[in-house]
Amino acid sequence: MKWSEIFTSSVGKKWVMGLTGIFLVLFLIVHVGLNACIWAMDNGEMFNRAAHFMGSNAVPRILEVGLFAGFLLHMIQGWMLEWQNRSKRKQGYAVSMGNQGSKWYSRSMGILGTLLFLFLVMHINHFWVPSRITGLDAVTIDGKQYHDLYREMLTVFQNNPLVVGLYTLGCISLFWHLLHGFQSAFRTLGVTNPRYLAFIENTGLVFSLVVCTAFALMPISMYMGWVK
Amino acid sequence: MEHYTMNLTLKIWRQQNTQTPGRFETYPVKNISSEMSFLEMIDVLNEQLIKEGKDPVAFDHDCREGICGMCSMYINGRPHGPWQKNTTCQLHMRAYQDGDTITVEPWRANAFPVIKDLMVDRSAFDRIIQAGGYISVNTGSAVDANAIAVEKDHADAAFAAAACIGCGACVAACKNSSAMLFVSAKVSHLALLPQGSPERKTRSMNMVAQMDKEGFGACTNTGACEAVCPKGISIENIARLNREYMMTGLSDD
Ligand code: HEM
Ligand code: SF4
Ligand code: FES
Repeated sequence: MKWSEIFTSSVGKKWVMGLTGIFLVLFLIVHVGLNACIWAMDNGEMFNRAAHFMGSNAVPRILEVGLFAGFLLHMIQGWMLEWQNRSKRKQGYAVSMGNQGSKWYSRSMGILGTLLFLFLVMHINHFWVPSRITGLDAVTIDGKQYHDLYREMLTVFQNNPLVVGLYTLGCISLFWHLLHGFQSAFRTLGVTNPRYLAFIENTGLVFSLVVCTAFALMPISMYMGWVK
Repeated sequence: MEHYTMNLTLKIWRQQNTQTPGRFETYPVKNISSEMSFLEMIDVLNEQLIKEGKDPVAFDHDCREGICGMCSMYINGRPHGPWQKNTTCQLHMRAYQDGDTITVEPWRANAFPVIKDLMVDRSAFDRIIQAGGYISVNTGSAVDANAIAVEKDHADAAFAAAACIGCGACVAACKNSSAMLFVSAKVSHLALLPQGSPERKTRSMNMVAQMDKEGFGACTNTGACEAVCPKGISIENIARLNREYMMTGLSDD
């Protein structure tokens, strides 16, 4: 058995999904933490500084390359697995098993992931592209120039119910994707102990709820005028 | 429980052979006893068909007591029918009421081609076992049973995994047609015991390779397999196989 063959087997591909999935979960923790700075009620000062740190420091910039690679690997592998798995039953059943024995969202990881992908395209366009490529207005804090990413968020969300709705939808998709994905990743990586699994499942539920609610509340806060 | 009889409508998948496409046929059956097993009810239908000069429904069965794993029927959207931890042969007609319509399909997976009607070819499972689901011992007189110490927890888990009868319901239930519950049960039952340990590395590698070659899908931990398994094999075994496999992959030369 060649070493490389491990990662092309069905079990190996799952390991790639699990490892990249957990990597993306770690990214979410950083992302939600930094963005929560918009609630500092300081006219976006803390948030802009945090965003500046992530944009200018070498370490986050290198991690960002890893993040794009992680997303790509996770998405491509996810779509390929979904397609290959679905093709293993050419003649389908007349009566489907439905929810007897499995949860709908556990069977819908491909479609939920695709919704996340569509969300990401919009999201990257809203913030990453202007901040890294096309440029943003500057704001001066303590005599230093910063990108005013906070102002950009207000522009995107303040008067756009459609965009706020789409972001909320994205967060809902993320919730269901993570509700299955979080615990599934640990099973894929070989956790068998029932007590750990119960703990992991509960952690996954709390994590999905807290992170997705926090993310959803950001556009909503700006739209409702809770932060200005 | 009160005995009763019922009239039923059966919608059964009929398929001449692997090559020809199949279709559903509808058959009424009358005066079915609530104490019959599901297979006895099909026997009644077949006698009726033979009397009418028609081709009886082909289906697999052997022990009719829940231990051989032959009776593969997908009944009203569930492998082995509505009861928990149960095989089709141990499903009794008291699960149904007068006037019910029951749809019966074969296991559906590319790796389990239909031979005829409800009978599928599950020899893919045999080839997976041949790839590593055994231990190699030199023959000679049997070793004393107590000569090798086995940790109680491991003995229990190995025994629970060894209960798998290779029926294939896990594949039939899985949206990916994955055989991971079956393969992980076989790998676990041997890897957990001292006799199975020496070959655990090559075993997990070879059995997974054969499983992929046979055209089963990958596991996405949906849990449908565990829900229909007549022997209550736990999906924790799948996690154990995942671990065995990767540890081997990273440490083997
Ligand atoms: C953007 C597009 C995305 C796509 C197309 C996608 C697709 C998928 C698919 C198809 C699976 C199931 C694979 C399997 O169970 O074998 C999966 C699992 C998973 N995804 Fe995603 N996903 C995306 C984004 C994300 C994001 C943003 C996160 C989290 C931060 C994430 C976390 C996970 C986790 C933890 C798993 C579980 C891995 C496992 O079961 O071993 N995914 N993803
Ligand atoms: S794991 Fe359960 S469902 Fe799968 S073959 Fe074994 S006994 Fe049948
Ligand atoms: S006929 Fe043997 S298990 Fe059903």
